[in-house]
Amino acid sequence: MNPTLFRPLVVVTLLASLFVASLRAAEPEIDVVHPQQGVRLVPIALEGFTGEVRSTLKFDLEIQGFEIVPSDKAQYLVSGSYGSSLIGYLQDRISKVWLLSKEYTGASARLQAHTFADEIVEKLIPGQAGVARTQIAFKAATPSHNSEIYLADYDGYNAQAVTRDNTISRDPAWLPGCRVLYYTSYMSGNPFIYSHELQTRMRKVVAGFSGLNTGAALSPDGRRVAMILSKAGSPDLYVADADGGNLKRLTTTKEDESSPCWSPDGQTICFVSRMRGVAELYRIPAAGGSMEMVRTGIPGNLTEPDWSPDGKTIVFTAQTGGFVLGTVPAGGGAGTILLKPGSGEAIRGEDPFWAPNSRTVIFTRRVGDRRVLSLLDVISKQVKDVGQISGSCSQPAWAR
Amino acid sequence: MKHSLVLTLLVVSAVLFVGAVGCQPRVKNPTPIPGAKVGVKPEGGPEGPGQAPIVREGSGVTGQPVVQPTTAPPPSDGNIALPTDPDTGMKRDEVFFKANTVYFDFDRSTIKSSERAKIEAVANHLKSQPTYKVKVEGHCDERGTEGYNLSLGERRALAVRTYLVNLGISADRVYTISFGEARPAVDGHTEAAWSKNRRGEFIRLLP
Repeated sequence: MNPTLFRPLVVVTLLASLFVASLRAAEPEIDVVHPQQGVRLVPIALEGFTGEVRSTLKFDLEIQGFEIVPSDKAQYLVSGSYGSSLIGYLQDRISKVWLLSKEYTGASARLQAHTFADEIVEKLIPGQAGVARTQIAFKAATPSHNSEIYLADYDGYNAQAVTRDNTISRDPAWLPGCRVLYYTSYMSGNPFIYSHELQTRMRKVVAGFSGLNTGAALSPDGRRVAMILSKAGSPDLYVADADGGNLKRLTTTKEDESSPCWSPDGQTICFVSRMRGVAELYRIPAAGGSMEMVRTGIPGNLTEPDWSPDGKTIVFTAQTGGFVLGTVPAGGGAGTILLKPGSGEAIRGEDPFWAPNSRTVIFTRRVGDRRVLSLLDVISKQVKDVGQISGSCSQPAWAR
Repeated sequence: MKHSLVLTLLVVSAVLFVGAVGCQPRVKNPTPIPGAKVGVKPEGGPEGPGQAPIVREGSGVTGQPVVQPTTAPPPSDGNIALPTDPDTGMKRDEVFFKANTVYFDFDRSTIKSSERAKIEAVANHLKSQPTYKVKVEGHCDERGTEGYNLSLGERRALAVRTYLVNLGISADRVYTISFGEARPAVDGHTEAAWSKNRRGEFIRLLP
């Protein structure tokens, strides 16, 4: 290199670098607590997107641990555009490192946005699976005191009827995957449990005994189903093969059992029993054995448990002046009533069900005459209603 | 000299630009999203084995499917031709025992002493008509959770059944069904409504 050029070039480069470095030093340090350790939401800015793509990204990110903030307060920047396809970028605002640069084509704008949101979540929160592309099933009230089973995207969009039987259909449960739903229907005149293959529309009776047949819950490997049957004289817990064969009775109490759910290793069932005169949570080996109480330290009726897919936490409905949500460590320990951030009031709701990420819970809120589905981020205690669904909806189940 | 100045300026601008903004990386390999899931067609009738087709003429009083009555033998007890109860195959009479509905306290399935005479009257009628049976429907008010209420309604129906059996009616003549909170007798959110919904209703079943 020409020696006369060299020295001024070095000086200028040095000055320029110093200038740039000073720009960064002038920004305030953003103190971000990892959401798994604390309750702080990850601040993120959204730029360049408008309309449905923006609102989809915003909903998906807000429910999964992020807070949308102006870019000068953000730790990460999401930017891009939607023309005929979604082009999206994710950048660490402080270090300037580009973390994602993607283009999504096909299907719909919403699904492209959901996919991008999931990739952002999975990039920034290691170990947390994105849920923006998952499905829920629920019961929707219809006229004449009937109800039907519906499924929808987790955010309530693209809802479709699964049943149209003009009777009571309730208590949906997914076979692991998204292909088969189990539910209780009165179409025969008595509540029976049916399996319903969504693509072929094939339905089969799984349990059609006299009395009550309800509470279907599939084991995580999809091979067995837990059910509540009253054919022996009071509602008891039973387990069978997924088609209802090889029925085995697990409880023999004179009081009633309800609402079974499985541990993710398929070894244990958690359920409700009124054996001692009040509704309490119990566990029992799925292969049979004795009932053992799940001690929470929380008084009153405890109902409708669900076991997180990561095995760590059981969420349930408690009853302290109205229905509220509680959790208890699955391995033992004190239970907690979930409280709203700030006010310290209990989060009102019932019938909770875990998302596949073991962090989000869908549940039912009572709003006047209606029931409304709502999403809770258990870590930050943020609650967002599931939109797009009108009428009175309850009994949500999240596909895993 | 001119060249080196321009070059220097270019280098400086490039350094400043890259430092301040950073290059947006080019997007390689667009991610194709597979089409939305296959649409679900709502199912309008059972397809399970052993399920008789249910003919619908409109929903019955309690939302049960209604089957067109066939030309039947002369009705007994002065009743008009009754619909068939699809579960038991017998004729359903929802009116005869209307006044015998048993009421329960909140969250309880015990038979109160005030209700016993009504159940005794049902038992006496069944004793006088050996071919008749009865179905007990258990119901709850809206204040329980849905999973819990279905079991509570069943407990109420079973409590009535046990009482009938203890009065000498054989167990195979008493069916039970729970509706939980799904079929209130009275819509409303007051104790006046709730107390009317916590009930066991008798459906007379004729051969």
